[in-house]
Amino acid sequence: MATAEASSGSTKKLQVRRYKPEERAEKNYLNAEKGIWSWLTTLDHKRIGLLYLAGISLFFAVGGILALLVRMELWTPGPTLGFLTADGYNQLFTLHGAIMIFLFLVPSVPAVLGNFVMPIQIGAKDVAFPRLNLMSWYLYMAGALGTIYVIIAGGIDTGWTFYTPYSSSTGGAVTAMTFGVFIIGFSSILTGVNFITTIHKMRAPGLTWGKLPLFCWGLYATSIIQILATPVLAITLLLVGMERILGIGIFDPALGGDPVLYQHFFWFYSHPAVYIMIVPGFGIVSEVVSTFSKKTVFGYWAIALSSLAIAFIGFLVWGHHMFTSGQASLASTVFSFLTFLVGIPTGIKMFNWLATMHKGSIALKTPLLYVLGFFFLFLIGGLTGIVLATIALDIHLHDTYYVVAHFHFVMVGGMVMALLAGLHYWWPKMFGKMYNETLAKIAAGLILLGFNVTFLPQFVMGAQGMPRRYYNYLEQFTYYHQVSTVGAFILGAGFLLVLGYLVHSLFRGKKAGANPWGSRAMEWQIASPAPPHNFEHTPVVIHGPYDYHRPMEDFQLGLIQSENGHSEHQGAEIASDTDEVKAEE
Amino acid sequence: MANHSSATHVQHHFVDSEQQFDSAKMGMWIFLVTEVLFFGGLFAAYIIYRAWYPELFTLASEELNTLWGGVNTIVLIGSSLTVAMAIKSAQLNQIRNISINLGITIALACVFMVIKYFEYTHKFHLGIFPGEFYTYEGINHPKANIFFSLYYLMTGLHGIHVLVGIGLMIWLLIKASKGAFNSEYYTPVEITGLYWHLVDIIWIFLFPLFYLID
Repeated sequence: MATAEASSGSTKKLQVRRYKPEERAEKNYLNAEKGIWSWLTTLDHKRIGLLYLAGISLFFAVGGILALLVRMELWTPGPTLGFLTADGYNQLFTLHGAIMIFLFLVPSVPAVLGNFVMPIQIGAKDVAFPRLNLMSWYLYMAGALGTIYVIIAGGIDTGWTFYTPYSSSTGGAVTAMTFGVFIIGFSSILTGVNFITTIHKMRAPGLTWGKLPLFCWGLYATSIIQILATPVLAITLLLVGMERILGIGIFDPALGGDPVLYQHFFWFYSHPAVYIMIVPGFGIVSEVVSTFSKKTVFGYWAIALSSLAIAFIGFLVWGHHMFTSGQASLASTVFSFLTFLVGIPTGIKMFNWLATMHKGSIALKTPLLYVLGFFFLFLIGGLTGIVLATIALDIHLHDTYYVVAHFHFVMVGGMVMALLAGLHYWWPKMFGKMYNETLAKIAAGLILLGFNVTFLPQFVMGAQGMPRRYYNYLEQFTYYHQVSTVGAFILGAGFLLVLGYLVHSLFRGKKAGANPWGSRAMEWQIASPAPPHNFEHTPVVIHGPYDYHRPMEDFQLGLIQSENGHSEHQGAEIASDTDEVKAEE
Repeated sequence: MANHSSATHVQHHFVDSEQQFDSAKMGMWIFLVTEVLFFGGLFAAYIIYRAWYPELFTLASEELNTLWGGVNTIVLIGSSLTVAMAIKSAQLNQIRNISINLGITIALACVFMVIKYFEYTHKFHLGIFPGEFYTYEGINHPKANIFFSLYYLMTGLHGIHVLVGIGLMIWLLIKASKGAFNSEYYTPVEITGLYWHLVDIIWIFLFPLFYLID
């Protein structure tokens, strides 16, 4: 089909035609402008995504090294590493947590892959507010500098949760750290504002909500949590800072305040925040599963709306972090019940992904391998979450390694697997290069093995009573700790291998075509690496992004340009051979 | 609305002026939601402490000057009117009136800050400081410091928002005086106006919650 006719709501007829992507585009977003300055002042969402990728990789490495130091220290009971005191150990795990959560997990998928992919997926030339987008990166880096200052200025040992009254009375650089996280929070808020507006206002003609790629649905749900929860964290950390500077006495019992109020405020953000970290990962999984099964996503609306359901319920469960904080038993019961509810939309997603794979034409490429790892690990992470939501069990397991293992299964086993799947999936689009598939599979195997060896023993330890955040421990736990430490090094080796072959692919990798996976989604219908403004035409969407029963040509349509280079589409109704769609809402 | 896709103010990634305007407006509305949540934390703290110590709030609010608080309320509501008039002037293409209305708004915002300054310094003079620096002995309640911590935090944060608004409107005034805004393009005026109304609304809540107890 070369051209199709489209008639607008009123009288005018718009012509669409096929725009076949160039396989070897000379000019792309990477070489359009040169020099470090062009990167630091770029307004291109793809380049900003890569700026984030650089920052996030750096802090993932720092957080990972800190984790390895923690694991090495725990090789034997008592002091193991000569240079590390108990106080130093407290600073290590605090920084590991704070860096991994605020500088890596929260921004990772939305800011890197979301920035890069989402505008292309919806057929836009950029996000709605490119300058705001760049500003969020600078805010992120400013907050990161604050964290580096904290390391130099004596560290903090409050744990990443900054619980009062300890955080408002202890020494160290708590004020600087909370200020740093405060700034990163604004970066996160601005990304959320930008994404919601972009998804609402910038969609290509014909791209209705029902044809929105599930990755965009995931980002949309995430952005809602970001704009509703992050301001509360900001004000909470501002109050902690004021508590330290002015002694305002809101949280500090010595001044008449209430420390449990702090926990309510903190978890009102930080519980939804774990969904900020995982929901965009769900989006990646949906894309990858469909592409590598060559099959329409099973239960599109169920997956799309369950993301929103998770975002909504996620706001009502914060009290499950406070079962042992002297919260009223009625409140605890309600929070426990609501927490169980989160399992329902999550389960819906799981079953729909599996049903998508059922009888699909499965290509077991690296991204899908990571997604399979995600299924396995996230299932364990999710089910142990149900265990922890049970009040009676939580009283026993609270603040033990069981919680640590659960959290890492969800965040590393879920989120990092999804991130790696997404990174491998979109790598050809980002750089126009293919990585070494064999090495990638070996690395995926190492990571999967190393992860399980690290964290499965922690469930056992935790159930037997090993508390989290302890420098010293009873002899009986030595075996589990040593297995866990060995696993951490296997995991580390896996990540190093990933870094190695990805960097290698940039210089020596095979050239990737426009659509190496044969996907129907819009980001694969342009050249690799992407052109500077994504599309030279206005793309038109007639079929959903997972309609694999349709030929590729049907996904490469665009408006025939009007004289001024822009084309009208407001309220246009577009009809192809057999389908009719309405543009906009 | 007509299609202004060839107009100079349309950024390259928008299809037309309308899409750009709608996006900017929606972005500002979402930002205002985050502002409500931001202040929401403080309002939650206020509600909790007021529920725990109702007598403290009745006692301590007597230290606040209802007259000047009331004057400030009228000043801010007036400034909301003038910023709305600035937007209307832009829509009607009355270029000169945009600048005049923005100028009046800035002046009213400054009046608000000056009154706030005198209120604050009067209290500092009495020894009413936030938190642990509180030394005033006129209120017979052990937690009087917490009331004033909340007072300074909430009105202070609001004051910072007023200052940001003044800055934004000075920038608008400079652009308006160069003829940047007309009925075709006045997006910055419109969204700054939205922001300014929120600042006004927050004060409308702060005033009765602190000044008008009992």
